[in-house]
Amino acid sequence: MYDYGTGILDWKTAGLPVEGTNAQVPRLVDVVRRDVPTCSLGERLGDVRDRVAAAGWDACVVVSRGHVVLGLLRARELQADPQRLVDQVMRPGPSTYRPFVPVAELRGIMSDRNLESSPVTTSDGRLVGLVRRQDVGLGSINP
Amino acid sequence: MARNIDRDEVRRLMAQGAQIVDVLPAREYAEDHLPGAVNLPLRKIETEALRVLDPSRPVVVYCADPG
Repeated sequence: MYDYGTGILDWKTAGLPVEGTNAQVPRLVDVVRRDVPTCSLGERLGDVRDRVAAAGWDACVVVSRGHVVLGLLRARELQADPQRLVDQVMRPGPSTYRPFVPVAELRGIMSDRNLESSPVTTSDGRLVGLVRRQDVGLGSINP
Repeated sequence: MARNIDRDEVRRLMAQGAQIVDVLPAREYAEDHLPGAVNLPLRKIETEALRVLDPSRPVVVYCADPG
C-alpha cells in the first residue's frame, strides 16, 4: 500500500490530466505563459528592462535562487530609474494562483482588481509562469 | 503501513498497473480524480476494500492534500 500524501492538488498543480465532470474546464495550466522573463533582487533595473524588452515582454517576475516568486515588475515599475535595484522598485508579494484554478475564476479576479498580470506558482511558491489579461480573455486596462 | 510516495512514483506505479484509490467523498471524486482511480471514501474503505481491490496488485491511496 502506497500513500500519495500530497494528493490530487499536487497532481493538478503539475498540470497532469484528471477525469471527472470538471476535467474539461479550462485551467490556468492551459493558458499560463511559461516563457515569462525572470530576474533576481539585486539586479540593476536598466539591465532587466533591456532583457525584458528584447524578449518582447513588458513584465518580469522576481524570483529567488530556488525560483520562488518574490515580486513582480509590471510595465510601470520597469520604467523607473534604471540605476535602481530590482528590490527597490518591485511590487513585493503579489497574489499568486495555482495552475489548476479555472481560467474563468482568475478572469473575474483580474477584472475586479484591474490586474495586468498574475503569477502562477506551485503550492510551495515556485514560479510556473505568468497569466496576462489577454490570456484569460480580458482587454487592456484603460490608462 | 502505507509508504509515502511522490507524484513520479505514482506515475511509475500507474504504468505498472497499480490500483489508484481516491478516498475523498463521492461528490468530489465525481468532479475530479486521477485517471483510472476508483472511489472508496474513508468511511467505507474498511468494509469495501476487500471487495473492490485486487490484493495481488499494488494500491495507491490519495486524498486532496496533506492538510
